[in-house]
Amino acid sequence: MGLSGLQIYKLLPKTNCKECGFPTCLAFGMKLAAKQVELSACPYVSEEAKAQLAAASVPPIRLVTIGTGDKKVEVGNETVLFRHEKTFFHQPGLFVRLKDTLALPEFEAAVEQVRDYSVERVGILLGVDGIAIENASGDAATFAKYVAAARAKMEQPFVLIASDATAMDRALEQTDGSAPLIYAATADNWKEMADLATKHKAPLAVRADGDLSALAELAEQVKSAGVENIVLDPGARKPHDTLVVLTQLRRLALKSNFRPLGYPIVTFPGEDFESEEDEVVLAAQHIAKYAGVIVLNHFDPAAIYPLLALRQNIFTDPQKPIQVSPGLYEVNNPTPDSPLLVTTNFSLTYFSVAGEVEGSGKPSWLLIADAEGMSVLTGWAAGKFDAEKIAKSVKQFDVLGKISHKKIVIPGLVSVISGELEEELPGWDILVGPREAIDIPTYLKTWN
Amino acid sequence: MPIAVEIPKEKWTGRIREITLGATADEGGTRKKTVTVGGESTLPFLTFEGEIPNPPVVALEIQDRYPDDWSTVLKDAWGDVLNDPAAWATRAEEYGADIIALKLQSAHTEGDNTDAAHAVDTVKSVLAATGLPLIVYGPGQPEKDNEVLVAVAEATTGERIALGNCEDKNYRTIVAAALANNHLVIAKSPIDVNLAKQLNILISDMRLELDRILMDPTTGALGYGLEYVYSVMERLRIAGLTGDKMTQQPMICTVGEEAWRTKESKVNEGVPTAWGDWERRSKNWEALTATTLLQSGADIVVLRHPESVARVKETVASLLAQ
Repeated sequence: MGLSGLQIYKLLPKTNCKECGFPTCLAFGMKLAAKQVELSACPYVSEEAKAQLAAASVPPIRLVTIGTGDKKVEVGNETVLFRHEKTFFHQPGLFVRLKDTLALPEFEAAVEQVRDYSVERVGILLGVDGIAIENASGDAATFAKYVAAARAKMEQPFVLIASDATAMDRALEQTDGSAPLIYAATADNWKEMADLATKHKAPLAVRADGDLSALAELAEQVKSAGVENIVLDPGARKPHDTLVVLTQLRRLALKSNFRPLGYPIVTFPGEDFESEEDEVVLAAQHIAKYAGVIVLNHFDPAAIYPLLALRQNIFTDPQKPIQVSPGLYEVNNPTPDSPLLVTTNFSLTYFSVAGEVEGSGKPSWLLIADAEGMSVLTGWAAGKFDAEKIAKSVKQFDVLGKISHKKIVIPGLVSVISGELEEELPGWDILVGPREAIDIPTYLKTWN
Repeated sequence: MPIAVEIPKEKWTGRIREITLGATADEGGTRKKTVTVGGESTLPFLTFEGEIPNPPVVALEIQDRYPDDWSTVLKDAWGDVLNDPAAWATRAEEYGADIIALKLQSAHTEGDNTDAAHAVDTVKSVLAATGLPLIVYGPGQPEKDNEVLVAVAEATTGERIALGNCEDKNYRTIVAAALANNHLVIAKSPIDVNLAKQLNILISDMRLELDRILMDPTTGALGYGLEYVYSVMERLRIAGLTGDKMTQQPMICTVGEEAWRTKESKVNEGVPTAWGDWERRSKNWEALTATTLLQSGADIVVLRHPESVARVKETVASLLAQ
């Protein structure tokens, strides 16, 4: 947690020399707390104060990068327990586990399947982040061969799963310095694994089952061996246990500022479950409640797609809702005489209205005005969705070039603007539609 | 050197109200069993710092007319019982539902426009077919809701049926009917903490006890506003646990209705192959909407697919298994 202005002030010289450009040390402290100035602006700050301020500015959950280049995954650095308190910043990386006991062609086909998987939602491309390769064969040469084969196929990051340090080293040699997550250092092998993490500049997972004290000790040990990018595995696998321990770890980091466990967490929702149905439900839990890296045993688009949609939902900034592009949208293949409805570009508004229009089966035109991502009532209240804006959108998107009538349906919630809109759009019929999207199908039945 | 780890625990001062749906013969109804929800003194499933005396439960939605607008995945799963609400209710009970949620869809003025007498007959036939507690929804049109729900309330006095929905523009008639006939109400508000609270206040101002008001914060399906209701529910639950008496109502989410309205569940033609197998995808859509809202405080999830019942109940059990 960051320090308050007053806490920072106590560490400053308190001479009010003004050389930093601020009238008092307290004013400077306030600016520091708001991260609007750098500490270096103060020429007289002590080394001790510098160290304390630096320590306080370290994020409570470390940001850990897995992989390199465009496809790298950044996890951690979360600052809240509940997304409404601010937002969740770094969505968990989703990895699909593949074993080196698969036949090589089968393995390579699976790698390609994960690599090529891509799905669009709300105009954003979503996909799986990478693969986790497990040394199930127990053979170092085989593991290295499979890792090399995967590296040749994909740029996405890896998680490498092996308990034997020699096998891990040989596999890491095949990754071209692409910083895979090494899984995992345990009480038995942490020295060797920490050396490998340093040697290959790769993040390291530490695992201690059922004992946060042992996990903290292990994390401190690998840290003292020079590894900074650490991911935690508290060993829990069942729904209740993972919810409890992941909640506790998030609270320890954020509420207690407990540094030894201030790292992202890796989970394996398929390890305690045979069925894909159970795995997807537990993976969904881990997306909402507090995983940084999720390793799935199954790859099925019918499960991956809902998980990606959920991850997008949960990690949307509540203060910056996803918007859709303003424009004239076609629903159900409209013709020039099909009805024209107008609403805002707030994604939820858009999807509610578009979904209902689509569900009604009635071919329609949907005019989406740029209300800066606000809903109908909020946009109207803020002057972002008024008669002027609607009239402007009608012209901007060449509505009359597409339709043959002059009737426009406005949301029932803003029926008060129909008079003004008549003035803005001379010769048009302004029709007041339902207040709620759900009533649109009924309304459209009566439209002619 | 072992490192001492002190787990931070929340000390909540509030508790969610316990609400019992249904009444047995001894209690003035005819139900074979009742269902009690609420009573939590901790966030969902965090039993290490509080109590969850009543695990969340599952209701299955049935309708009083053949649901021709439903996804064929659902229609195939249910088969012939869709034509007969009583048979449908019996089947839903066999699938393990805790509550039957009957929607009087045929009363819709744009549909069959059936009358209050028809609604009463339907509810009586469903009460006879199942021993489970009931939720009864009107068609979702204020005047028609009032007409059919009042008649149903009067014809089933003492059954402690949850009548839905009460909304800010239309709650008085339904609340009065619940009050006079020993039923409960569902207070539905549009994804907003303050409006939810305000509606609870308005309803309790009519002297309906707070342990007869369920709160429906309005469900958004996965991919269609789930995150809004998720956060509103977390805020409502935290407010209730912090001691705000007017947000301590158990929450009900109409998951099935929303999840099965999405394109992902309804459509299999012309959709991207990346969406995967239709049936598995649509079942996952309902299951993930339900289990995610359980994480944010749902006490009752109303589902549509028979297989979702066992799946969600097993999830609840595994989330409480220590």
